[in-house]
Amino acid sequence: MSSTQSLLELLSPYPPGWGGVLLAGALSTVLISLGAYFVGIVIGLTGAIGKLKGNRPVRFVLDLYTTAVRAIPELILIIGLYYAGTDGLNRILLALGLPAVEINGFVAAVAVLGIVQGAYMTEVFRGAILAIPVGQIEAAAAFGMRPRLRFRRIVLPALMPNALPGLANLWMCVTKDSALIAVVGYQELALATRIAAGNTKHYFLFFLASAALYLAITLLSNVLFSALETRFRRGQPKTA
Amino acid sequence: MNFSWIFSYWPLLAAGAVQTVLLLVISVGFGFVLAIGLALTQVIGPRWLKVMARGYCTCLRGTPLLIQLWLLYYGVGSLLPMIPGLRASFLWPILREGFFFAAVSFTLNYAAYEAEVLRGALLAVPKGELEAGRSFGMSSWTLLRRIWLPRAIRIALPTIAGEVVLQLKATPLAFTVTVMDLYAVAYKVRQDTLLVYEPLMVVTVFYVCLTLIITRAFKIVEAQVPVRR
Repeated sequence: MSSTQSLLELLSPYPPGWGGVLLAGALSTVLISLGAYFVGIVIGLTGAIGKLKGNRPVRFVLDLYTTAVRAIPELILIIGLYYAGTDGLNRILLALGLPAVEINGFVAAVAVLGIVQGAYMTEVFRGAILAIPVGQIEAAAAFGMRPRLRFRRIVLPALMPNALPGLANLWMCVTKDSALIAVVGYQELALATRIAAGNTKHYFLFFLASAALYLAITLLSNVLFSALETRFRRGQPKTA
Repeated sequence: MNFSWIFSYWPLLAAGAVQTVLLLVISVGFGFVLAIGLALTQVIGPRWLKVMARGYCTCLRGTPLLIQLWLLYYGVGSLLPMIPGLRASFLWPILREGFFFAAVSFTLNYAAYEAEVLRGALLAVPKGELEAGRSFGMSSWTLLRRIWLPRAIRIALPTIAGEVVLQLKATPLAFTVTVMDLYAVAYKVRQDTLLVYEPLMVVTVFYVCLTLIITRAFKIVEAQVPVRR
């Protein structure tokens, strides 16, 4: 391996180059992140409403959930949930007299990261809902809107601009946290890189390449999120 | 639930806890110093230095810590032996260890995040206070040391507390590069005793306790200065 020519060949997308493996890994990183993000949004919205409107036991459980997830290192959470989740599900199925299922690594990864995301999302959405002027919600109630309609037409559009910076942050977090899935052995970008690097012994090259891919994902999402924010903030008065 | 293994493994657990705390202290300590430099360059440095500091922060905040760690450990680690004479030097026993690479990559990563926080805080110091300092005839170095930096750090203190906790939660990654930290000990216990959840639970309790200690400590530091609300 002397020239840059051979290094470029190593990164080429067709075998014997490893570029294809890396790109496939990047794709599965993005897919895992997207899946986990949406699971997180669903958990977050329900969690936030539960925290604001729920009775005491509901609030207690949700507080426990958000505090625990935010206090425990992600790696431990992911490994714990990955093994405990699959094991626990099979035990429940066994107790119900159903056959055990083999849980797909992708589904497990999405579920685990989604649960982690959900805790942070709960807090982001709770803050965003609290930041909506009460008058707007009262006005909607005065017009006779039912709670469900009120949530869909008033609360949801009004909370989005408040929540978007937090949501953008969390998206960056989930794309980077998804690298931790490599530790439990699901092949996404980080693990693909490690395999490629281990096989060719060009550690530096491949880790640099995957860092560049992650950076590209981050920078691209930055652009997307700032566009989203201008869209959601249209019609709002500009501050400073 | 079986916790009898604690009696035979507690020396290992204690050693692991020391490694975890050491990683945290090293990365936060050195990272903070580095972050001050990075933040200052971004605020008052010449244009090309500003661009470089910005680029550094973007790159390190835009890629996962795991990849940075592996890039250093596997990538740079595989290049290091090519430096002539390094293997024979007194540095080699340190440079060979995963701990060294973990400490370096955590420090660099923490510095990038902290620099962003400090940059905002430096800009948030009221202009009048800096002008007052200048009109007392303070040199720019004295101004920085006595007014600008202490005020900025105080403004950033709540965020710094959060960053330190996040850094603590990043330390288990060191286990992927053979560091025997707290999480690695739990992993070893799992392999030896085939208990999956108990070691994880013990380790989790430790991390939560450390988090509580950190937040409490920062509360005390914050309370040193009365704030007018």
